[in-house]
Amino acid sequence: MAFFEGLKMTGGYGTGPDIINSCSVDVNRGEIVSILGPNGAGKSTAMKALLGLINLKSGAVVIDGKDISKLSPQDRVRQGISFVPQTKNVFAGMTVEENLEMGAYLRDDNYQNIIEEIYELFPILREKRNQLVGELSGGQRQQVALGRALMIKPSVLMLDEPTAGVSPIVMDELFDHIIKVKRTNVAILMVEQNAKQALNISDRGYVLVTGENKYAGTGKELLNDPRVRSSFLGG
Amino acid sequence: MDFLNAIILLLNYIFVPALTYGSQLALGAIFVTLIYGILRFANFATGDMMAFGTMVTILITWYFQSIGISLGVLPTAILAIPFAIIFMIGYMLFVDKFVFKYYRINKSPPVQLAMVSIGVMFVTQAVVRIIIGPADRRFFDGEKFIIKAGEFKEMTGLNEGLAIKSSQAITVFVTLVLVSILFWFLNKTKTGKSMRAYSDNEDLALLSGIDPKRVVMITWIIAGILATIGGALYGLDKSFKPFTYFNNMLPIFAAAIVGGIGNPFGAFLGGYVIAFSEIFITYAYKKFFMYILPESMEPETLVQLLSTDYKFAVSFSILVIVLLYRPNGIFKGKVL
Repeated sequence: MAFFEGLKMTGGYGTGPDIINSCSVDVNRGEIVSILGPNGAGKSTAMKALLGLINLKSGAVVIDGKDISKLSPQDRVRQGISFVPQTKNVFAGMTVEENLEMGAYLRDDNYQNIIEEIYELFPILREKRNQLVGELSGGQRQQVALGRALMIKPSVLMLDEPTAGVSPIVMDELFDHIIKVKRTNVAILMVEQNAKQALNISDRGYVLVTGENKYAGTGKELLNDPRVRSSFLGG
Repeated sequence: MDFLNAIILLLNYIFVPALTYGSQLALGAIFVTLIYGILRFANFATGDMMAFGTMVTILITWYFQSIGISLGVLPTAILAIPFAIIFMIGYMLFVDKFVFKYYRINKSPPVQLAMVSIGVMFVTQAVVRIIIGPADRRFFDGEKFIIKAGEFKEMTGLNEGLAIKSSQAITVFVTLVLVSILFWFLNKTKTGKSMRAYSDNEDLALLSGIDPKRVVMITWIIAGILATIGGALYGLDKSFKPFTYFNNMLPIFAAAIVGGIGNPFGAFLGGYVIAFSEIFITYAYKKFFMYILPESMEPETLVQLLSTDYKFAVSFSILVIVLLYRPNGIFKGKVL
């Protein structure tokens, strides 16, 4: 049994139609798992279901053997699940350091050493610690967003299109950072549009189509699978 | 000598009153801006909530006076304010629980909440008028002046006197202390930072584990403190008349918007911008020119740009100009 699992999740927004149908994903600590698929496949929705932002009609979310399907998003954060949304993922009107402090809001202990760890991981943030995040570049903002999510020392980190809207160079840099985070024994689950690059750094991947699991396998398998290549990777 | 007289004249009739009035507006404007930033609606009940807080202060002041408690040279109201604040916080939390909470939980659009606040305004207004009546009331006691105009003239030998009322000194002093504490709270404490975070990006604040109920409650507590102190200071300095408080909402909103709505520091400075503009434009400069110009050029009219009756036109114009040309205010708040 995997560390963090979504089992046969079915659900949608409000009373609307089901976006995901019996969709299952799982991820272990120290592993990067990507969720891929065409537009509207329900990738982000699957992630929101794992986080508790939408209500499931059936299925379950399990972390470390504990069923958390009924918990609110805030309570799931307490269980060690951290999420970086695709947009508006930083407090733009606050400084880098304040963003990190807000990430540690649930911690009652002294988190100064965790801030230091984040600065080790993303050295540029130490330099900009007193600058407003709204004044940083796109790549630096993403690092702040990652840093904020890491402040609770999560066991599971979920990233919704971390490289959306950044240049290819910055994208490579961000993926490097994500690999660094993985080495700290965090389970990383990400939704990505840049499928090839994402699979390159992923241990495993899922391809969703219309809310259902279509293909699954290791990053290499999916990259080399002719069906996946022709439909999602552009040949 | 004439030049000095001209300076004293401006200090006495423009600078000191505007500084006082600006402080009173600033407290109201921070109240508006906090509610807008955190609860995301324009609170039209601001003026009347301030009237309510002042009314409670007056009632407690009367009680203290009747049992013979006083602060000597200081107004008795200073002693009453802390009790009024406690009552007012209760009132704010009561209104939130039974009125605003419903709309917040249903995620009503901001304009609906603004309409609801107009309802709260009417009810608060009515309650105030039922309890204390619509009449003009003065509740200032203690020593009225710190420096009297006559004494100042004697001391300096100038023609113009500079009078500083103790209510003016108290207003400026209390405002500076209160605002310093507030900014320290918002910028340095964990709870204050979490309020700024919630105002900045609500969804991410929730994902970071910030408790929205706590943030909302603390916002109303601060609002209660600001409303009571701002209202009581205005009443001490001028007089308490419920209708004036309702009217003051225009300059208060103008101050909040000039400063960039949602930005407390902007609202603080905005209060002074509005107060100084109002008084600069409605002051009659005849005497000032008599001092600085040679006799042959003495003005025959009052040299007043606008009659004081139209002082609200000044804040209204500033409001319109800011909304047209700089909708996020001087200090970069949210765009309305």
